Amino acid sequence: MTGGGVKPWALHLALIAVLLTAQFWLSPYHATNLARIMVLAVFAMGYNLAFGYTGLLSLGHALLLAAGMYAAGLPAQLWGWGAGPAFIAGVAGGGLMAAALGLLALRTAGVSFMIVTLMFAQAGYLTLLYFAPVTGGDDGFAVAAASRRLLGFDLSTDTPRFLAALLIFAAGLLISLALIRSPFGRTMVAMRENEERSRMLGYNPFTVKLAALTISGLYSGAAGAAYALLFGYVGASFATIQYSILPMLYVLLGGAGTTLGPFLGALVMFTLIEVATGLTSAYLFFVGAALVALVLFAPKGILGTIRERWVRWLP
Amino acid sequence: MTNLLHPSRRGLLMAGGAGLLTAALPGHVAAQGAPIKIGFQLHRTGIGAAYGRWYERTAQAALKAINDGGGIAGRPVELLFEDDATDPKRGSEVVDKLTQSDGCDLVMGTLFSHVVMGSAPRAGELKVPYLVCSEGYHVASGALNRWTLQPGITDVRAQISTMAPWVAANLGKKVTMVFPDYAFGHDHRDFFTTAIQAQGGEVIAQIAVPPTETSFTRYFPQIPTETEVLYHVMVGPAVLTFVKELGEFYGTGAKPALFGFIDSLEAVDTATPGLEFLEGSHFWEAHPRVKPADAGEHEAAYRAAVGVDDNGASVSDAADVSTYSHMFSTWETLYFIKQSMEAAGYTGPADRQKLVEAMEAISDLPYGIERPQGAKRFNGKTHQVFGSQNISQVQGGKLVKVHTTTIEEGVYEDAVDYTTMSF
Repeated sequence: MTGGGVKPWALHLALIAVLLTAQFWLSPYHATNLARIMVLAVFAMGYNLAFGYTGLLSLGHALLLAAGMYAAGLPAQLWGWGAGPAFIAGVAGGGLMAAALGLLALRTAGVSFMIVTLMFAQAGYLTLLYFAPVTGGDDGFAVAAASRRLLGFDLSTDTPRFLAALLIFAAGLLISLALIRSPFGRTMVAMRENEERSRMLGYNPFTVKLAALTISGLYSGAAGAAYALLFGYVGASFATIQYSILPMLYVLLGGAGTTLGPFLGALVMFTLIEVATGLTSAYLFFVGAALVALVLFAPKGILGTIRERWVRWLP
Repeated sequence: MTNLLHPSRRGLLMAGGAGLLTAALPGHVAAQGAPIKIGFQLHRTGIGAAYGRWYERTAQAALKAINDGGGIAGRPVELLFEDDATDPKRGSEVVDKLTQSDGCDLVMGTLFSHVVMGSAPRAGELKVPYLVCSEGYHVASGALNRWTLQPGITDVRAQISTMAPWVAANLGKKVTMVFPDYAFGHDHRDFFTTAIQAQGGEVIAQIAVPPTETSFTRYFPQIPTETEVLYHVMVGPAVLTFVKELGEFYGTGAKPALFGFIDSLEAVDTATPGLEFLEGSHFWEAHPRVKPADAGEHEAAYRAAVGVDDNGASVSDAADVSTYSHMFSTWETLYFIKQSMEAAGYTGPADRQKLVEAMEAISDLPYGIERPQGAKRFNGKTHQVFGSQNISQVQGGKLVKVHTTTIEEGVYEDAVDYTTMSF
């Protein structure tokens, strides 16, 4: 996993370079969609660090996405914060929520962990509805134009939005690569592979998993904040179970435990829906068929399968 | 051998037949030129699917009527439907797709408020007119932008406020409200509480039910015994359980008068087993589902065009009950688009700003086949339309209209002036 020398870095930087040029050769419509995909991929990267690398199968990541979204959106809405401080608040909000969730939920493992995280996410969703006068409830609210400006750039316009999404994506991607190649990254994988053996070697599984989940929360918070500021909407629907399952699907499709898998999964799923809706109103059938095919023919996801069969150095 | 000078017998017959067919259709005016494309953000899947199915049918019927009448400014009209899964994130992507990829002139049709809230910012960024059919107070409250308008259906604030005088005068003044604990229920709680106070009545208990609740028996003991009117607006599949359990709670003993919003029972047959407890209770309806005896002259033509019988069900399947009190909004919105495009001299996307200004200039919208629900008044400043409301009573398992409000009863002070905002 940590082999390959400079090849992994070159591959990741090449992807970022290709994405940078994409705004010039894609139509504005597709470029905006790519910005959406990059934001979703940041969320999926966070999920991948918890699930793909550390083995924490969470069904509560919507809570972390929403924590970032509201931590960024509410100060913007209530106090007129600009995009910069609001984004930082969003990242911190996701991280803090994940740490709080981890302190309680990591007392459990496996199926219990899934259920407990799901319960906390559901409680978070109901809390957003309960405090509707502040949060906007299920309707949510549109983020004011003044809060969608960063260093003089208007994030509601195509180029600044695309570049901001790319910047966040690139930072997230390179940090995740550095992280999983670091000693701590290997410890995360050790937790996934054999927690008891890691404990015997002197690691504290609780603190390692808590740290991994918190990092995952920082990513989720960044994605939620980015969505609020780049696309101008904050709403409780992002705290529903659907948004806990989405990053899992992206990660499973692209390849759990691969750094590029989350982006590839988000890209393929988004494109699949885009193409299928143009062909039939029963587009969800195609999505379902693709997932069944994935389980049957590539249970390790696209990049997981490629790594297993052909490109062993793929991180 | 056949050619133009020596046509075959079959060719002559076909040409003659085509000529006869054309002559037999004097009322059909063929639209010319490039089509006007209208994007329709449709709840085909997700929690809004029952509404979406009927929104699509009604819009298709209006489209046919408009095209048969010569289209818009002589140009044919196309509707492009795109499923938003009743999800705000997907909704925003759909606005993008319809506008940028499909090249639609404008986008319309959204019902659920959270999808409107999620999509309107993108419509504002793309500077594309976005005409919602949602009932939400979000447009008139000033929460959205200059490109978002609601010309085809009144909003929940007007609907609720107009019910209070009739409820206070006919059912009672001590009201207990049972509502879902999210924005839709909160709108009812806030607007009705204020409106009934203005009538000398009061809400003596507000019982908020979390949206995840599947059984309601533990809430019923909270209903004060002195309650004269029980105002309920539960929605979704839970409404059947709610009504059944309420019936079990009161049994055959004395019970308060029941008043609800038809949103609870849209696409649901009021004669469904388990709903017997609703017999004699009253509902708000925008457009009476069961054709009233005094229905307007265009009611029959509208029902025939959409494919709905006098009971509000599909003519091809009596069990397929329509969302009659909401779906007319797509019909009326399409005619509003036709009127404003023709007034603006709209030729293409470059005229979108001119189109919104033409919409804002519209005020009186008289009753006619263009507005089968009734006459309306559009407020260009708040981008919201106002109209009459109806109250129906369940009699023998059917909704029978008993009262119609005036437009003026639903009018309230402006909270925003979108015309002063920049495009």
